[in-house]
Amino acid sequence: MTEPLWELTAERAIGLIGGGELSAEELTAAFADRAGNDPWAAFLAIDREGALERARRIDAATERPPLAGVPIGIKDVLSTRDLVTTAGSRILEGFRPVYTATCVERVEEAGAVVLGKTNMDEFAMGSSTENSGYGPSRNPWDPDRVPGGSSGGSAACVAARQVPWSLGSDTGGSIRQPAALCGIVGMKPTYGAVSRYGLIAFASSLDQVGPLARTVRDTALLLSHIVGHDPMDSTSLEWREPIVLPDAERVDGLRVGYVEELMGEGVQVGVRTSVRAALDRIEDLGGTLTPVSLPNTEHGLATYYLIAPAECSANLARFDAIRFGAAPPEAGGLVEQYERARGEGFGREVKRRIMLGTFALSSGYYDAYYGQAQRVRTLIVRDFARAFEQVDILASPTSPTVAFPLGERTDDPYSMYLADVCTIPVSLAGLPAISIPCGLSEGLPVGLQLTGPAFSENRLLDVAHALEAAIGFDERPEGLR
Amino acid sequence: MAAVIERETVEHVARLARLRLGPEEVERMRQELSGILEHIELIQSLELDDVPPTTHVVALQNVLRDDTPRPSLPRELALREAPAVAHDGFEVRGWIETHA
Repeated sequence: MTEPLWELTAERAIGLIGGGELSAEELTAAFADRAGNDPWAAFLAIDREGALERARRIDAATERPPLAGVPIGIKDVLSTRDLVTTAGSRILEGFRPVYTATCVERVEEAGAVVLGKTNMDEFAMGSSTENSGYGPSRNPWDPDRVPGGSSGGSAACVAARQVPWSLGSDTGGSIRQPAALCGIVGMKPTYGAVSRYGLIAFASSLDQVGPLARTVRDTALLLSHIVGHDPMDSTSLEWREPIVLPDAERVDGLRVGYVEELMGEGVQVGVRTSVRAALDRIEDLGGTLTPVSLPNTEHGLATYYLIAPAECSANLARFDAIRFGAAPPEAGGLVEQYERARGEGFGREVKRRIMLGTFALSSGYYDAYYGQAQRVRTLIVRDFARAFEQVDILASPTSPTVAFPLGERTDDPYSMYLADVCTIPVSLAGLPAISIPCGLSEGLPVGLQLTGPAFSENRLLDVAHALEAAIGFDERPEGLR
Repeated sequence: MAAVIERETVEHVARLARLRLGPEEVERMRQELSGILEHIELIQSLELDDVPPTTHVVALQNVLRDDTPRPSLPRELALREAPAVAHDGFEVRGWIETHA
């Protein structure tokens, strides 16, 4: 084989292992070598020895598991028993969870090998990984630019071929936006599709785990192993229709609506051009294209930046330096211990969101802020319901811009929030959406977001697969040619 | 543009959230939160009295399970990551002051 092993997609690797041409150990070693050399700071921790050991066990077993020992990167917000899990926060430095997240357990049972934990914005709050307590990740397409966030490490490691796929979490766009900025595929499933047990909570009515990969089929394969009810998460849903590997070549009769509000001002011209070209492919493939309005899109950011911080201010109350985390030395009483541990342990953005959320929930402001946001959320849900009476799926850019330079937005929180303007309404409505690379602008990848009604994952994957082939995106970062 | 948030409000909210902020942090937080709230306040002008709030996007019934015993985390494991342990439990600093 002339092609290096780390070029393999998961699907091809599984085929080669199944055919006896490759061992899980060889494959894991090849990816571990690449992950070990990590100029993109995609990983916070790499468990090379543990991964090789598990790969050897899979090679020795009489029955080969479906994922055959293919390595995977896990966002550091997902708990992994005995393997340090920080959620990108200094307050959890050195924390070793005492149990493993259900979704990680499921991919391991299916035969994926956890190679390491990926970098992220602290507690998944951010759009660039610059809020990581351990330094930012870098975009493999241009190391002076961000990989997006919050699952920036999970996107960068896939784009850099350090693993064929990874798990991330998406609250307002944290899988889709970094996937777009790194030129890979990322999917946020329907809210409730994947168990949140072991996912360190940010905003519980929005958080959802999902896959990132280089192809739509790998994305589908990974998703198929993590969906379904988990007794440990009462909001996780029974999954009646299994996720199947997409093989559609056409989309005949498919009605696609492009979101008017996300195709105008506020979206870079190069991004619009690239997305329009991809939309033309839909017609080539037999689908129809109509403009659709989601009139409350303009209220998405404001709604999200009340609801998510409000939920985070409650969820992050658990970081009290009593059950886990480092207690500040020589703190006086209990309240002083809380205030110091949290004041010193949380980074700027996390404190900002806790403050915003606590404010929005506090006496005298609750109705005007949090209550109002929940009502606007209803309007956004209704916008989508109305749109899906006219069309089968919605298309838009995933991100209004291509990857931006490191440091460009760190001094202006609101400019950072704008990075998620296309993804947030979908999250507020709890709908499934996938981002696929659709071209380059200024030499950097552009993502196309496809959104469907709840539980339409299989259809979305089929459409994404057909479009992926029609677009034929085979560009890659300069250094990886 | 007038400040949306006063310094005292920041200090009050920080106390509620159990966050110690330094004096410079309070001022920066005041400016940043005011800036963010300016954008957010646009939704306050919407007339939504007849719109019900959405708290959860999936229509779920309350979920009850059978009340059957099952194993839980062993105590040593549950306490493993605690900074301080006493009498087989998490050690918590004094809350009520005692006067001898």
